[in-house]
Amino acid sequence: MSTLNELTLAAARDGLRRKDFTARELVEAHLTAMAASKSLNAFISETPERALAMAAQSDARLARGEARLLEGLPLAVKDLFCTEGVRTTAASRILGNFIPPYESTVTANLWEAGAILLGKTNLDEFAMGSSTTTSAFGNTENPWRRRGDNRPLVPGGSSGGSAAAVAARAALGALGTDTGGSIRQPASFCGIVGLKPSYGRCSRWGIVAFASSLDQAGPMTRTVRDAAILLRAMAGHDPKDSTSVPVAVPDFEGALGREVRGLKIGVPREYRVPGMDPEIEALWQRGIDWLKAAGATPVEISLPLTHYALPAYYIIAPAEASSNLARYDGVRFGLRVQGDSLDALYENTRGQGFGAEVRRRIMIGTYVLSAGYYDAYYRKAQQVRTLIIEDFAKAFAAVDAILTPTAPSAAFPIGEKMEDPIAMYLNDVFTVPVNLAGLPALSLPAGLSADGLPLGLQVIGRAFDEETVFSVGAALERAAAFEPRGPRG
Amino acid sequence: MAMIEGATGPWEMVIGLETHAQIVSKAKLFSGAAADFGAEPNNQVSPIDAGFPGMLPVINRFCVEQAIKTGLGLAASINLVSIFDRKNYFYADLPQGYQISQYLRPIVGAGAILLDLPDGSTSEVRITRLHLEQDAGKSLHDQHPQWSYIDLNRSGIALMEIVSEPDMRSAEEAGAYVKKLRSILRYLGTCDGNMEEGSLRCDCNVSVRRPGGELGTRCEIKNVNSIRHVMLAIEYEARRQIGILEEGGTIRQETRLFDAAKGITRSMRSKEHAHDYRYFPDPDLPPLVLEQEWVERIGASLPELPDAKKARFVKDYKLSAYDAQVLVAERESADYFEAVAKGRDPKLAANWVTGDLFGALNREGVDITQSPVSDKALGELLDLIADGTLSGRLAKDVFAAMVETGKSANALVEERGFRQVTDTGAIENAIASVMAAAADKVAEYRAGKEKLFGFFVGQVMKATLGKANPALLNELLRKKLKGD
Amino acid sequence: MALDKATVTRIAALARIRVQEAELDPLQASLSQILGFVDRLAELDTEGVEPKAGVLSGLPMREDVVSDGNCRDRILANAPAAAHGFFTVPKVVE
Repeated sequence: MSTLNELTLAAARDGLRRKDFTARELVEAHLTAMAASKSLNAFISETPERALAMAAQSDARLARGEARLLEGLPLAVKDLFCTEGVRTTAASRILGNFIPPYESTVTANLWEAGAILLGKTNLDEFAMGSSTTTSAFGNTENPWRRRGDNRPLVPGGSSGGSAAAVAARAALGALGTDTGGSIRQPASFCGIVGLKPSYGRCSRWGIVAFASSLDQAGPMTRTVRDAAILLRAMAGHDPKDSTSVPVAVPDFEGALGREVRGLKIGVPREYRVPGMDPEIEALWQRGIDWLKAAGATPVEISLPLTHYALPAYYIIAPAEASSNLARYDGVRFGLRVQGDSLDALYENTRGQGFGAEVRRRIMIGTYVLSAGYYDAYYRKAQQVRTLIIEDFAKAFAAVDAILTPTAPSAAFPIGEKMEDPIAMYLNDVFTVPVNLAGLPALSLPAGLSADGLPLGLQVIGRAFDEETVFSVGAALERAAAFEPRGPRG
Repeated sequence: MAMIEGATGPWEMVIGLETHAQIVSKAKLFSGAAADFGAEPNNQVSPIDAGFPGMLPVINRFCVEQAIKTGLGLAASINLVSIFDRKNYFYADLPQGYQISQYLRPIVGAGAILLDLPDGSTSEVRITRLHLEQDAGKSLHDQHPQWSYIDLNRSGIALMEIVSEPDMRSAEEAGAYVKKLRSILRYLGTCDGNMEEGSLRCDCNVSVRRPGGELGTRCEIKNVNSIRHVMLAIEYEARRQIGILEEGGTIRQETRLFDAAKGITRSMRSKEHAHDYRYFPDPDLPPLVLEQEWVERIGASLPELPDAKKARFVKDYKLSAYDAQVLVAERESADYFEAVAKGRDPKLAANWVTGDLFGALNREGVDITQSPVSDKALGELLDLIADGTLSGRLAKDVFAAMVETGKSANALVEERGFRQVTDTGAIENAIASVMAAAADKVAEYRAGKEKLFGFFVGQVMKATLGKANPALLNELLRKKLKGD
Repeated sequence: MALDKATVTRIAALARIRVQEAELDPLQASLSQILGFVDRLAELDTEGVEPKAGVLSGLPMREDVVSDGNCRDRILANAPAAAHGFFTVPKVVE
């Protein structure tokens, strides 16, 4: 029973239905694992009582043979999703002790499917970062360490808490959000699977907004199958979200068995950057070879705008964020720092409530939208976005999926890449174009670096074709046979 | 062209109006909270209106329809694709820190309004555009010495912002513009035009220039909430600017408020940060795409508007342009008139409606929808005049009684014996007693003092309690006085 | 693109974020670095390219029914300061 938290989500699901164990036992195993991995600081809030209460309800349903899609499965949720009655912080001081009076659509979908909330996980403040070192609640550590090196490593970000929790087996699966790579990059750093669905696939209602045209909720799990199961419960049209697309939710798990034979896999030449880490380049080549062996055809493609995606992103995302974060003003909820005038109240509250990275991005966003700069920056970036969308459209006329590395490096020690903001931003160079184009993309662990750290490969698909992404991902997973145990596991 | 005569010569006013009209709808523009007036504070607020984390807007189809309807009523072009933008600024009554509005691509483009000026002439004012936007909440600054109180009930209610070209040249024209715009909105039912409750508000852009000269710097007077104040504010502002310019000063472009108590405009406390609204397309709202066919259906469902109705009244009822204009100012008055005029003398109907009825409504302080005399009741009264039961004079008395008691003309005529006396014998008797009582005046009349006739008319009317048929009275009296 | 201190101060004011004197220099430096990075876009010829704010087109609409509100307690539940059903803020002089 002490290894219940070592099961995959699919195995736990099946085990519960076979009555091999109860939901209560499953939850208890995870609560124990959470306690054992507390030093990782993966969680901001833990909800053990709620979890046990939900487990009791699940056990009753399981006994009656009324199991829903995720009945009895304990999950962790990035603290960016508003959970009714449970404190939600976005890892920021400025939300104070905000207790949402509503539940986000995606998490409501999970609870309606019978899943269980273990707690809210740590993240970069307001999802702005790729290291989970900007949280007001401390850094999260990666469960993986370099061989022979005791320095704590970043789990990636912004969904670092969710990634660490899943990698440490403190949760069967977790929710993350991805705006520029915030699911995929931490998944790669922590040796787990992470999917950013197509823009519009999952509802954004009730998720603290960072960059509205880019944000998407997605599953973070240990296997591709688990991600497919979780996505099915999360996804679905939401009339409360005007950017939610009314498209049917397929049985993603069913797509996993699909053949990749005959598929054309695009390999974009622009992703081969000069000075690229040779281990990552080698892993990428291995991925191409695995798919070839499975009967797919690699095709070299060109995505000419690739190197302009990151600068465009660092105009568009901060611009939208500067507006989305204007509501954090100390008036109606969250932190209020007094002032002798309304403006002083705003300036004090926001000056003290937002961390340095958030303040920087709000200011960049304010600048690029301001009079005299809008055309040169924001409008220009939106034009580049159009070109990137066209790049991918042209590519997908020739191929069915695209294979790239997920990140330009493995996890790095906490405290590195802090010399200037750009060094940190470059973590997302392979993931960001996907968000600008609104496409689905999966990261899966495909190998280890020389010092024993996980490295991920990214599969990108056409809009609303997560099924192909999952089937290619599953093929790679079989071939990689990645051993999910880390040095701590 | 109206000019203001300054100390150094004539000045021309250049006026443009931006009008904010609250849309009549059940729910708000982007949330499902109610859009009614007068609720308890913060009782009509959804978490979306309150700008809570993770909340998202979804547009109300009916509000879009009302905007299209209004655009068509202003003879404007409808843009089948339009974009919602965020207008970013900080204020306590703006929970999201931005207002969802439309900037570069509004739902409605150029149109025009025909103004009815008091002297009977018309002039055209072009409309630049109409767009949809959210209203803000309300701040109360007078409830507490240290705190301002914020009520978000109004936050998110749908507004149409209607922008005119700076085509107006006098305060009077501006007043006529607001009057006409309000009338059109009420005809369409897209805004109730209630300026006291704030459902129609005007921002007045005013500048002055030498006739034929370059446009001057303009000032904006915000949130003027009555037609009278619009005219007073503009008049004051123009003179203020002229005063400055004639002293050799320059006009500072600024936002001002109209202080109704003092009858002046004053500068809003200067904010250290000039407003840079940083408009950009709202990423929560994809572009609004309208079906041409929907727009056409809305167009086909438009009611007859004031200008068309006025033309029809002149043509079909042979009313004067002036009378027609008075009647069509409110759709309810026009409908009332037509009900009364049906099968009756339209000129008579028009006189009674615009004269007696409107007079009574004014005195009672009610509008036509609460009239104590219904169109049916007034029609009955007119029938009694037409069939000779009542003289015009008597009818006025009956009408007054109808207003007071709410009873029908027929009922009152029966009850109070208002019937006109057309019995020759009765009138002759009355004449006889009057002549007997005023024998000396009879002698004077017969001796040549013709103007005493009026005296006798008055006395006979008095004797018959006002009921003698005037024509008959005159005829019989003349005969008797002559000595027949 | 290097930002001068006056611009940094102006932007901070627009964004209503108080920047302490000591923070001005490092902030100016990092903002200038970021803008220097994004300036790369100027290399691209985007003449005639339509700027896209997102990947979707067509705004879904909802019916005109009252389906929300009437929940003042929920609205005020997280308020830092409230009185008599209102949110309260330091008095604004207009």
